[in-house]
Amino acid sequence: MAGSIPIQLKTDKEAAYAKKRAVKGSKLVPIVLTTIALLFFILMLIIPLISVFVKAFEQGANLYFASITDPIALKAIKLTLITIAITVPINTVFGLAAAWAIAKFKFKGKNLLITFIDLPFSISPVVAGLIFVLLFSTSHGLFAPLLNALGIKIIFAPPGIIIATIFVTLPFVARELIPLMEAQGTAEEEAALTLGASGWKTFWHITLPNIKWALLYGIMLTTARAAGEFGAVSVVSGHIRGLTNTVPLHVEILYNEYKFSAAFAVASLLTLIALVNLIVKNVAYSKMNRIHKAGEKKNVPEA
Amino acid sequence: MNIAIKPIKIKKKSVIPGFGITMGFTLTYLTLLVLIPVSMVFLNTAKIGFKEFWEIASSERVLASLKISFSTSFLAAVINVVFGLLLAWVLERYDFWGKKLIDGLIDLPFALPTAVAGISLTTLYSKNGWIGKLFAPFGIKISYTPLGIVVALVFIGFPFVVRTVQPVLESIDFEVEEAAACLGATRFQTFFRVILPELLPALITGFALAFSRSLGEYGSVVFISGNMPMKTEITPLLIRTKLEQYDYAGGTAVAAVMLIISFLLLLMINAFQWWANRHKSS
Repeated sequence: MAGSIPIQLKTDKEAAYAKKRAVKGSKLVPIVLTTIALLFFILMLIIPLISVFVKAFEQGANLYFASITDPIALKAIKLTLITIAITVPINTVFGLAAAWAIAKFKFKGKNLLITFIDLPFSISPVVAGLIFVLLFSTSHGLFAPLLNALGIKIIFAPPGIIIATIFVTLPFVARELIPLMEAQGTAEEEAALTLGASGWKTFWHITLPNIKWALLYGIMLTTARAAGEFGAVSVVSGHIRGLTNTVPLHVEILYNEYKFSAAFAVASLLTLIALVNLIVKNVAYSKMNRIHKAGEKKNVPEA
Repeated sequence: MNIAIKPIKIKKKSVIPGFGITMGFTLTYLTLLVLIPVSMVFLNTAKIGFKEFWEIASSERVLASLKISFSTSFLAAVINVVFGLLLAWVLERYDFWGKKLIDGLIDLPFALPTAVAGISLTTLYSKNGWIGKLFAPFGIKISYTPLGIVVALVFIGFPFVVRTVQPVLESIDFEVEEAAACLGATRFQTFFRVILPELLPALITGFALAFSRSLGEYGSVVFISGNMPMKTEITPLLIRTKLEQYDYAGGTAVAAVMLIISFLLLLMINAFQWWANRHKSS
């Protein structure tokens, strides 16, 4: 191995130069690697992103606004908003409760519990829809006799869409909170409690301010996924136009009817939500890092 | 600090309230919304009996769909490891204009609804699309072929690799590389002998995450694949087709196959991470 023969270096200057060259490599390599990476990034991400908006406005702004204010589109938007309004609060409460139990206490089977919370992520969206058909379908479901007797429709109706959405968005808040709350430990809460604060007061004044950015991002992720979920919702919805169509399903229908500009116009709304999501993520993470770093600095002299 | 902790240790009970209620709520919620629904697939599969289950699972169309799903997901995950590593490397090691923006946009495939990604990629890669047009003269079709499925899976998968590799790359000490360099290693040797082994666990985890996400992916693939049975029909789509034909037993049996595969993958990822962590600390 000729390359591994140690080089005898004469001066410090030479050594520094050799070190720099070996660690940084030649100047050409970064340029080549950055170019390839950027080409991949532009091809795979930027062009698809831009094309949504270009295609949406291809037939003019009039058609764009007509497409998103079409009565059926508005009904789809309304159903999506209702789904968000129900899904987000209850999954937020679940995420807070699960994170509190998991991060602030020690118990056996913790990893198993976290795996169960993660389960909806590792299941195909189609299977996620199927499991609720198997429970609530009025022809094949486990609860079919009961639902028929009561005259309640869940599958091929809005309740099914909401339940499937709750399932697929269930892990987001818990997943953002658990690692953060575990890292923060329990010392601050214990101090507040031993000084006589009530449990609720401790939560509102100690825990919540510490986790607010992660919580906000978790809520944002839940909202975005609830608005954009396609596979699971598609299985349980039955595609009844104006009744069980959410925004992504409306996009699919328009696209399959070759109304491409209209499909991309409605899709651009979902894309905007995704972009807002990314902005919130970056703000939240930079705030968390700043708090983390400030906390570290503050703690050093005390310890 | 010690004063605060000591009494708790003696009591061996936390002063923090709310374990019972939060744990009770978490378990009830998970049981009702996750455990019971997911177990329905296995209950219903058990109902149809093993012989019929095997007949469905080993039928030609199901096997063909599994073959397509596995091969496209594997290929996409390999591509994602290469380009994911490259992107993570460039973002961590080099400075260039717009780096922060790119870093912020990496997660777009996580945030963008799959249906939007699906129609956008299909339009771009069809023979009249911006990108498909460039390949059409060579007789290469991308949309409505297995190649199109790979494109969609690369799109949804690459952030997994970037985001698992980035923190590890950040944590590698420059001194290690300097030491390698001072001992006479070339930059090439340093990368393949020093940095890559360090990154390997993250790369394998990223590969597995992208692969398992790709296997279950539906929204983005359903538009670009063309959905021809035996040729471009992925397994999740086959489940959907069976349900639309009211073949609930068939759909459930295929779903059981998929669930078992995703459980095994989840188990392997967790076991591997546990092993990697132990290996690292010892």
